[in-house]
Amino acid sequence: MKYVDEFRDRDKASALVREIESLVARIEVVKQRPINIMEVCGGHTHSIFRYGIEGMLPEAIELVHGPGCPVCVLPMGIVDDCVAIAEQPGVIFTTFGDAMRVPGTRKSLLQAKAEGADVRMVYSPMDALALARRNPEREVVFFGIGFETTMPSTALTILQAASDGAANFSVFCNHITIVPTIKAILDSPDLQLDGFLGPGHVSMVIGTAPYEFISRHYRKPMVVAGFEPLDVLQSIWMVLKQIDEGRAEIENQYSRVVLDAGNAAALSALSRVYELREFFEWRGLGSIDHSGVRIRSDYARFDAERKFTLRNARIADPKSCQCGEVLKGVIRPWQCKIFGTACTPETPVGALMVSSEGACAAYYQYGGIKKQATLA
Amino acid sequence: MTVIARRASRPLGRVSVPTVTLAHGGGGSAMKDLIDDVFVAAFDNAELAALEDQARFVLADLARHGDRLAFTTDSFVVDPLFFPGGDIGKLAVCGTVNDLAVGGARPLYLSCAVVIEEGLPVDTLRRIAGSMAQTARVAGVEVVTGDTKVVQRGACDKLFITTTGIGVIRPGLDLGLHRAQPGDVVLVNGLLGDHGAAILGARGDMALETPIESDCAALHELIAALLAAAPGVRFIRDATRGGLATVLNEIAEASRVAIEIDEALTPLRDEVKGFCEILGLDPLYLANEGKIVVVAPAAEAEAALAALRAHPLGAGACLIGEVGEGEAGRVTMNTVLGGRRIVDMLVGEQLPRIC
Repeated sequence: MKYVDEFRDRDKASALVREIESLVARIEVVKQRPINIMEVCGGHTHSIFRYGIEGMLPEAIELVHGPGCPVCVLPMGIVDDCVAIAEQPGVIFTTFGDAMRVPGTRKSLLQAKAEGADVRMVYSPMDALALARRNPEREVVFFGIGFETTMPSTALTILQAASDGAANFSVFCNHITIVPTIKAILDSPDLQLDGFLGPGHVSMVIGTAPYEFISRHYRKPMVVAGFEPLDVLQSIWMVLKQIDEGRAEIENQYSRVVLDAGNAAALSALSRVYELREFFEWRGLGSIDHSGVRIRSDYARFDAERKFTLRNARIADPKSCQCGEVLKGVIRPWQCKIFGTACTPETPVGALMVSSEGACAAYYQYGGIKKQATLA
Repeated sequence: MTVIARRASRPLGRVSVPTVTLAHGGGGSAMKDLIDDVFVAAFDNAELAALEDQARFVLADLARHGDRLAFTTDSFVVDPLFFPGGDIGKLAVCGTVNDLAVGGARPLYLSCAVVIEEGLPVDTLRRIAGSMAQTARVAGVEVVTGDTKVVQRGACDKLFITTTGIGVIRPGLDLGLHRAQPGDVVLVNGLLGDHGAAILGARGDMALETPIESDCAALHELIAALLAAAPGVRFIRDATRGGLATVLNEIAEASRVAIEIDEALTPLRDEVKGFCEILGLDPLYLANEGKIVVVAPAAEAEAALAALRAHPLGAGACLIGEVGEGEAGRVTMNTVLGGRRIVDMLVGEQLPRIC
């Protein structure tokens, strides 16, 4: 495929791996411990496993799979609220596909659908709004999730609904924002990270400036990375290069898509429609200040939180679950006590086993090769 | 051929209303007219026209084809009923013919049981029965018995078809899921994932237009040619639901072997690749309806490939990997990038990723 195959070129990949190897050989810290690089975004985690990138890297590089899988970090209480909305008579509940499998305390949306709730998979919030137009006698609710990547499309849909005067459309807004989350991870006392791959699609919207604190206050390098395998390898190389040269900067590898200033139109839609929540509860990470957004009162009529009475219960993660430690890179997925035993993709206990972008599910399904080699 | 001769033909009933109603499932004359008008007329054979409760076969005639009966059944519930490259009727014939053929059987007879949701246009049913008849004729099988039920609106989705098939396996042939051995090669007969992508595209709920057509086809002739040229073939399976990845895992599990495939050798058309990229799907798990996975001893790899490629339904055949001695039950893929990943069984349904 044009413009895709070029970013999956085997010869360029092996040349990059050789460069990475020679850089790693020069870095002092490697003599004591591995270099830990966190890819924040689930899209990167997926690419890393899909192409077997982890196994191509030198042993001294550990990739830590971060919290950037919006499906994985959905707390059970929110899934319960989704199910409660979906089970109201007259409601059509619309959602992105992979959120349907996330377990709530009683059931997932997939199970609610099987039991008769009208739950439909959509590819865009605009599809949900179109559904509302076609079904004026039904209330169509869109489950808004994701980071700044998906936030603008939900915002634009709400603006469109406002200009259409739609009366039967609302959004259950659970969008989350990446910057406070990275900060929370950096503030964690048990953290051992040497650098970050930044989420390219988020930066397509917010640009690179919001990450400046990572280099300024925490002295860690970050490279905003694309999602093709060569993007990932090159970004790892760029992080190592910074470490080798003693720099801590925010660099942009994904410059074919990401402008340093971000996307002004998208940012303006975000600030018109959303405001920050005081805190947001993450599965695996707990409550993080200012890490979620809600719909502003100007658009209250499109806010499912105001249209429906929701329990909004805080459900603690199961005790046996060590997702938080995996997310922060303290332990590796297979070191969790219940990995692959009580917790599998069929019966996920922890957040990270839920979506194929979650680190544990990815290890369970795609990975394990390097791990097996290490254990052998 | 081998069915018992029946009395001479009788006049066939006709349906005069445009849609199927519960009356057509009531067991009375309306049902008889529907069966006559749609199914007996389309399938057009003496065995079915006799309207006995069963088809009858002369055992000695069956035994001329081999020494074992193969017997299989499959239900078809595809939505939409008509899709690029086929329809539920064609699928119902090809699917069961292929399930017989991958066991090495020569497919001979099919049954056809339909569950119809009231309100289905009779013309739609005629088109589908016509498609079944045409596909069966080309495949050289006869639909010799059947059943018709009509259910209330909402109790099924438009039309469900179950076909059961009988075939005969010639002496000496023993294909088995457990027979793969280290050193064997893994072949496929062409581009993968077309059916799955065509169906997802045809549902129209993702606003993606694709030129991809289903690969739905009866593969028994291709398989017969393959087995003639490469008699040592260990195992064949059609890669339907769950796609290539699922079949490979089934083989690795049952034969207690490792299987390693090569992404660069795995044939996918650009449209299917692009479709999967956009939707966040993995083409290895997309359904096929005209593709087989073949495990053959390495010594017969060339002969098997040549036989497959000589047939129009195998023109794109290629070797995609081999059976190894690694961890039993494990399927891995060498990626285009030069890395290696595990190809596991699919958990549940493939759901598109959000970003």
